[in-house]
Amino acid sequence: MDLLSLAVESIFIQNILLASFLGMCSFLACSKKVDTAIGLGFAVIFVLTITVPANWAIYNFLLKPGALAWAGLPNLDLSFLNFICFIATIASMVQLVEMILDKFFPALYHALGIFLPLITVNCAILGGSLFMVERSYGLAESVVYGASSGTGWLLAIASMAAIRKKLRYSHLPDGLKGLGITMIMTGLMAMAFMCFAGISL
Amino acid sequence: MASAAKKMLMDPFSDNNPITVQVLGICSALAVTVKLDTAIVMTLALTSVVSLSNVVISLLRNVIPAGIRMIVEMAVIASLVIIADQLLKAYLFDISKQLSVFVGLIITNCIVMGRAEAFALQNPPKESLLDGLGNGIGYGIILITVAAIREFIGFGTLYNFPVLPESYMGNGLVLLAPGAFIILGLLIWLQRTITKYVEE
Repeated sequence: MDLLSLAVESIFIQNILLASFLGMCSFLACSKKVDTAIGLGFAVIFVLTITVPANWAIYNFLLKPGALAWAGLPNLDLSFLNFICFIATIASMVQLVEMILDKFFPALYHALGIFLPLITVNCAILGGSLFMVERSYGLAESVVYGASSGTGWLLAIASMAAIRKKLRYSHLPDGLKGLGITMIMTGLMAMAFMCFAGISL
Repeated sequence: MASAAKKMLMDPFSDNNPITVQVLGICSALAVTVKLDTAIVMTLALTSVVSLSNVVISLLRNVIPAGIRMIVEMAVIASLVIIADQLLKAYLFDISKQLSVFVGLIITNCIVMGRAEAFALQNPPKESLLDGLGNGIGYGIILITVAAIREFIGFGTLYNFPVLPESYMGNGLVLLAPGAFIILGLLIWLQRTITKYVEE
């Protein structure tokens, strides 16, 4: 598939948050302030761009049926180990990124703060890797898919944080405050993003 | 049943519901609720994973070093999810295809991790089992309600049985992502109005 249209598709049309519902927990918890939302968004882009290709390599060279042919084991199918390998890769990648940032880019490290470790349990990250397997992307496609799904997520959380800032001044029924109205706003936002469907490059 | 145990089991059904009050595990609550059958299978899978992982982690709670407890929890949960996924693939292949990546995403479902962290690490196995069951069922109640509404409005059927006459034109919007968000938002409103829970 053309890489540019894959990028447009995963940012706007198949937005990982608004169309596939991934990463909702952190989306709801961290969209109260614009700064934190944007910081978390960039961390997600960063980690997704690294982990999707990393998991692509693990899947294609170790786990896929017949992937171990280079080691003389062509009949081995380890694809049931997907989940545990992917989550381990994600956890160790996050740890590694954290250490590298701490050493070489302390400013960025302090800006991301607590969000970096929390990303391990963000379902958008694991979801990205699982979709990569399900749609059998190649290496270049995995990199583009990772980076652009992250961008789509950033777009969604940043705009939600901006809306919630305005929402603070509105009068809402008690039961609708907080989670309820946020879900409904997300629904409206998803509807707006659906207008991008049908655009192809 | 002793009242403490009963409270532990029943609390997550409404007053302390994992989805509407604790705000955990929303992702899958939206994605698998297009039809009732997928929602029910997902509930069963999640309930068994969360109760078993609670039991295992509570059994191990005195031997897990605090520094690596996250990794231990992840390993336990991921192994249980692999078992659930393989069982679904073996016995319910069609539904497991529809659930696609969302069975795997039980690993990062905050309910499982959250209950392990918040409850199972401090409590004995029996209580942890009840807590896991309660939270799984509380999650299921919301999931099944959303799925019933979406399937009814979207297809005019319930559990694949036609309820409305043939002439009913399905409403496509509730089957798409926005419909899921809005229906869950309205349900949360209803549930919080009844339990008088107010978020600050």
